[in-house]
Amino acid sequence: MGKRTIIPFGPQHPVLPEPIHLDLVVEDETVVDVIPSIGYIHRGLEKLCETKDYNKMVYVIERICGICSFGHGWGACASIEGAMDVKIPERAEYLRTILHELSRIHSHLLWLGLLADAFGFESLFNHCWRVRETVLDLFEKNTGGRVIFSICKIGGMRKDISDENLKEMASVLNGIKSEIKELTDVFIADASVQNRMVGVGVLTKEQAEELCTVGPVARGSGIDQDIRMNDDHGVYGELGFEPCIEEAGDCMARTIVRIRELFQSIELIEKAVEKIPAGPVDVKVSGNVNGECITRMEQPRGEAYYYAKGAGTKFLKRMRVRTPTNMNIPGLVQMLKGCDLADVPILVLTIDPCISCTER
Amino acid sequence: MSAYVTKSPWVVHYDGSSCNGCDIEVLACLTPMYDVERFGIINCGNPKHADVFLVTGSVNEQNKDVIKQIYEQMPEPKVVVAVGICACSGGVFKDCYNVLGGVDQVIPVDAYVPGCAARPEAIIDAVVKGLGVLQAKRDAMVNAPAKAVAAPAEAVAPVEKADAEPVAKGSFPPIFTMAEIKTNYKVSK
Repeated sequence: MGKRTIIPFGPQHPVLPEPIHLDLVVEDETVVDVIPSIGYIHRGLEKLCETKDYNKMVYVIERICGICSFGHGWGACASIEGAMDVKIPERAEYLRTILHELSRIHSHLLWLGLLADAFGFESLFNHCWRVRETVLDLFEKNTGGRVIFSICKIGGMRKDISDENLKEMASVLNGIKSEIKELTDVFIADASVQNRMVGVGVLTKEQAEELCTVGPVARGSGIDQDIRMNDDHGVYGELGFEPCIEEAGDCMARTIVRIRELFQSIELIEKAVEKIPAGPVDVKVSGNVNGECITRMEQPRGEAYYYAKGAGTKFLKRMRVRTPTNMNIPGLVQMLKGCDLADVPILVLTIDPCISCTER
Repeated sequence: MSAYVTKSPWVVHYDGSSCNGCDIEVLACLTPMYDVERFGIINCGNPKHADVFLVTGSVNEQNKDVIKQIYEQMPEPKVVVAVGICACSGGVFKDCYNVLGGVDQVIPVDAYVPGCAARPEAIIDAVVKGLGVLQAKRDAMVNAPAKAVAAPAEAVAPVEKADAEPVAKGSFPPIFTMAEIKTNYKVSK
């Protein structure tokens, strides 16, 4: 047995876009234990929500995370709508589903790029982000923002997206399918990528269940769990949703889950654009929140949970958000035990960490 | 050396307590759509190699020391760009209990980029403006009188005060020419 050494990893690290600190206990080159510590981005958003008018609070909740910002806005709106017994029009549900799936495409392309960067494949990183810009252009055209849109409001959507624009969105996405295929083939088939990812950081199904992992991490370990399938939210039931499951549990399996979800999201948007009904996109909401509601959402990173409680005033009494990365950190610690020091950046990235979600 | 640094400034990026929105826009500047790498601007992970410090997000109790440490590790001259409204003033999180405010609460800032999230065009614009400041700081170092060398320790000391002035002319350790070194110092044989 070699001598144990502690190597600090983060909070500022070339591979990390966001600060998380890990104390890696290593014996020679093997990681034997990991002590994660977080708190570098904690702002106190849940407390801030209690001091804002519940309509303005949606802006704050959207800024929990800039990558899955739309999903957070939807989750917060849905939980307050649930507490107030507001039923939003069907067209708004469709628009929310379309924009949420578009966010997933942008998030997964972003993540694929960061993963390529983590194992030193710079050109692949740049190509992933090049394709992603097409999606951001769609966002900008339809909502006005590149990363944060503020288009979701309590009672529906702030503005409608015309049918022509939706059709154009579907055709643009159909057009970039071949480009995405070209990129993802490199991830799946390239020998240098396989050397870094196949069999690395295996999380068995039992471990994944025991550690309560969510999202692509759980699905990469063979757990049949996706909120879009379980819950009756959005219009996923009408679109015929089937989750993407991989059995291997290693880095490659988690990557393939996300790659399959990319194509699945494009298909879901195409189906939704075909089926979207005409009609209004919002209902008038008046009065204050008096009641409580829990909503669950499938974010690009996994299950997120929103709880809103009102006490009849214009301020919420409690707003609670539990985000996917929070649940995946125990899984990450399990994966890191026994891995090589050189694999740590890739393993940290395969859970798609979103630290600003985790700490809020 | 001056010519190379002017043409390819390297940046180091740290996420203070941002929501990621500005971080992904900083990275978007480097990738093919905006592609500032063609001008030699590289995002290096090491503060000791960097000329420009891009900070996104506001400052909180836990990360203020991290921001100070990164700033102190960067060699002179250096420029700090606060990216996004949170880094400028705290933005939407200003009233949060854990948020101290903008980045200028702990380190001097040379350029501010407003926006939530800041657009890549605005970030590039601010870095270009920052390069002007970088050049001015470098000129100040080169032209600084030789007597400033008497107190180099004081000159490179980290800025502790919130209201510290960003640049004071002559406060940096000067760069010597070979001729000056020969006249100022005796070389024993």
